[in-house]
Amino acid sequence: MHDKTLIELADDLRARRYSSEELTRHYLARIERLDASLNCFVTVAADQALDAARRADQRLAAGDAGPLTGIPIAHKDILCTDGLKTSCGSRMLDNFVAPYDATVVERLAQAGAVVLGKTNMDEFAMGSSNETSFYGPVRNPWATDRVPGGSSGGSAAAVAARLCAAATGTDTGGSIRQPAAFCGITGLKPTYGRVSRWGLIAFASSLDQAGPMARTAADAAALLTAMSGFDPRDSTSAEVPVPDYGADLDADLTGVRIGLPDEYFGAGLDAGVAAAVETALDEYRRLGATLHRISLPNSPLSVPVYYVVAPAECSSNLARYDGVRFGHRCADPRDLVDLYERSRAEGFGAEVKRRIMIGTYVLSAGYYDAYYLKAQQIRRLIADDFRRAFEQVDVIAGPTTPSPAFPLGAKLDDPVAMYLNDIYTIAANLAGLPALSIPIAPANGLPVGLQLIGHHFDEARLLNLAHRLQRETDWHLATPAGYA
Amino acid sequence: MSLTPSDIAKIADLARLAISDDDARGYATELTSILDLVARMDRVDTSGIAPLAHPLDMVQRLRADEPCEPNQRSRFQKVAPLTEDGLYLVPKVIE
Repeated sequence: MHDKTLIELADDLRARRYSSEELTRHYLARIERLDASLNCFVTVAADQALDAARRADQRLAAGDAGPLTGIPIAHKDILCTDGLKTSCGSRMLDNFVAPYDATVVERLAQAGAVVLGKTNMDEFAMGSSNETSFYGPVRNPWATDRVPGGSSGGSAAAVAARLCAAATGTDTGGSIRQPAAFCGITGLKPTYGRVSRWGLIAFASSLDQAGPMARTAADAAALLTAMSGFDPRDSTSAEVPVPDYGADLDADLTGVRIGLPDEYFGAGLDAGVAAAVETALDEYRRLGATLHRISLPNSPLSVPVYYVVAPAECSSNLARYDGVRFGHRCADPRDLVDLYERSRAEGFGAEVKRRIMIGTYVLSAGYYDAYYLKAQQIRRLIADDFRRAFEQVDVIAGPTTPSPAFPLGAKLDDPVAMYLNDIYTIAANLAGLPALSIPIAPANGLPVGLQLIGHHFDEARLLNLAHRLQRETDWHLATPAGYA
Repeated sequence: MSLTPSDIAKIADLARLAISDDDARGYATELTSILDLVARMDRVDTSGIAPLAHPLDMVQRLRADEPCEPNQRSRFQKVAPLTEDGLYLVPKVIE
């Protein structure tokens, strides 16, 4: 059953070929048998999952099933789940059980999805390798000595290893797309404001978005339709109608203009990744799309800008972890300041501390204009580059990452080398644009991702392009050996 | 921009993070390398460019000033490290 896509599983469930309980037991058994080799899950919620599966079976029997009824999924451990531990990959929240569900969790539950558990991630979503997690690194199912990418590494590896039908992820600078690329799955970061951030533990509030991580574009479309929409509890939620993202997947690509930014094909791009992208672009040409060279001249500055904006917002958002109302508290505090300082020092790992300190520094008196204001000005230039590009083209394409998955430990001691993994993904967050990654031809046996970036709220077109490629090719169907 | 261990001590104090002297040396090197990356911003002339704080240039939505959340104190305090009679306990602040 686990070799099927979410859409196929949903059809089988509606046709009563097997029950959601059987399907859920099957995935739970796979997690039990295989996850020790990968470390995808922080929490497995077997009892709750089976209860939810039985409720889904009742809905299926009553003919009252939605598109996701009875489908076993996993949530990134950054989304609050009522009654189920939400750790955010941190010792700080190792004891935290949220008293409410995130809107994304609530909406997917209403659509009938069954939650198998919570997936491992870089601590507070800060990382590109899943090595900063308090619960240890996740391994890439394609090569277990390599990273799965991050920060949504547990979700990506779990989908790739067929330990769940699909999963949620969140993306602040590439945290859905980069692990999707490294693990050979489809991952979509929606337009900023498309999916509610309520109950998503905040890292950088002007950048964070939750989105689907799945086998195929059609699966991602079904999830996105259920996840999206206005939420009055999120102050930046967009009041924009939600289409059925599955409706136009097959639309013809004749005349669709694809822009190729010069800056995404220059020095630093792995030759195998470049060749895979060329092959995928040839397919689009055959499907009737036209390819156009474009320029995003300020995009090389997206990493420097991000490492001001994201840490600044992080230092403010993570000020709430003070050892008083929830989360880790140090033993025997001498006084209140000691309580704050030691609870935070013990609760946070090294990368989170680095980012809190960078954020504190760039926001401190005397440095604000040189760093934060400057970064926000260049952020506008980056957004303007995209606006001009979208006057000439419908979609922008390029590699998701400069290289395939790298070995565990390879970049752990060099934060800047790690940050440069996100060189092609960060700009979409800064500009608030939707972007997805889909698997294309592998390089040296490792998955490679093609990134497609669209206009604001043009997720349907991205999914259309992704689906048409997946109709013509079988790269997205490959399964890692040992997890077939 | 090069940060020293004593700069790190000052930043850590502002951020309410207890950092040992040993760790401060490592953070000084790492944060300096991050600020070197950030310094690439200086190549761009941004005079007259309006800052972009929010990707969609939205305005803050307002709602009526009425209570909209029920009181769930006992639920919220279930995950608190230390409470008594509905209050969060911390070390004595005023002698």
